Amino acid sequence: MAFTLYSLIQAAILCVNAVAVLHEERFLSKIGWASDQSVGGFGDEPGVKVQMMNLIRSVRTVMRVPLIAVNSVCIVLLLLFG
Amino acid sequence: HPLSITVVRSFTAKSRARAAPPPAGSVLFEDTSSTAPAMNSQGYYTPGYDMQGASSDMQGGPGAGNMFADPMANAAMMYGSSLANQGKDIVNKEISRFMSVNKLKYFFAVDTRYVLKKLLIIMFPYTHQDWEVRYHRDTPLPPRQDVNAPDLYIPTMAFITYILLAGMALGIQKRFSPEVLGLCASTALVWIIIEVLVLLLSLYLLTVHSDLSTFDLMAYSGYKYVGIIFTVLCGLLFGSDGYFVALAWSSCALMFFIVRSLKMKILTSISSDTMGMASSAKPQLRLYITVATAVFQPIIIYWLTSHLVR
Repeated sequence: MAFTLYSLIQAAILCVNAVAVLHEERFLSKIGWASDQSVGGFGDEPGVKVQMMNLIRSVRTVMRVPLIAVNSVCIVLLLLFG
Repeated sequence: HPLSITVVRSFTAKSRARAAPPPAGSVLFEDTSSTAPAMNSQGYYTPGYDMQGASSDMQGGPGAGNMFADPMANAAMMYGSSLANQGKDIVNKEISRFMSVNKLKYFFAVDTRYVLKKLLIIMFPYTHQDWEVRYHRDTPLPPRQDVNAPDLYIPTMAFITYILLAGMALGIQKRFSPEVLGLCASTALVWIIIEVLVLLLSLYLLTVHSDLSTFDLMAYSGYKYVGIIFTVLCGLLFGSDGYFVALAWSSCALMFFIVRSLKMKILTSISSDTMGMASSAKPQLRLYITVATAVFQPIIIYWLTSHLVR
């Protein structure tokens, strides 16, 4: 399994795309992973599920705009160089 | 106030330059020296007082202490040195936005005695007694004074040595080409990045408030390259049997080393308010992280070296 740095970048872009595509209302609420259902513990014990939901929500918030740019660049490069 | 000082300096320099009898080409020289650096440095660097400093360097030079006979060369040297200083400042500022250079310097503060002892501990950790990282008034001691402190010198050197060894091993098998070397290097680098990211993710998800920074994790995941080098050397010298014996030895040593080192940092880290409600899930999950990290090491050693030793 020989990796180049470019395959790492591609894998990272695909993973972040996958996280960014998860829709709040249509999908995450249905399986009980919405971020507004997690206001439970005010201590220091969030638990794995709450941390994961926080992570998903923050990735979606932060990476929305940069992902547009990165995906466009990637599409152009793939079209030009295969 | 620096602005007034530079204005006064430039004024006196200008008056002194104009008082001297101008040789043939110096009118042109005077024009470019007063206007060109001001425009250029405005383009490069926005703080106003720094621009004044650069232009006053320009104009103070020809007035006081010519080093070359040719004023043109003198001016060029002054301009070049001020430009280099500005460039250096900009680069330092940009780099210190991403990672703090002081933290990185801590990891490279090693000496020979530390390196030798640490290599011995990595290959034979069973007799080492005290695994605690010593602190000095809340800051961890640098590796020069504490054998248990992680450093980045050994992993970097071991990584580069591994790439060179891989090239040599492939050359012995007559499968060498320069692209293969780059491929090997980037594969190993990608595995390091993946491991550090997975560790960071799992530490975040389980809210382990340890003081393991990214550089610490990079250091701990780079120590396996010492074992990899040992394994590849034994495989090259003693053939396939030697390779498997060395693989077993370095795997056990590395697993022991990682478990003992990370146990201090992960399993005993304090979570600030779970005093009464000690949930039994947390220490178990932390143990799983430590053991999973340790078990991952032999797998990756085998993966990265088996194609080198046939």
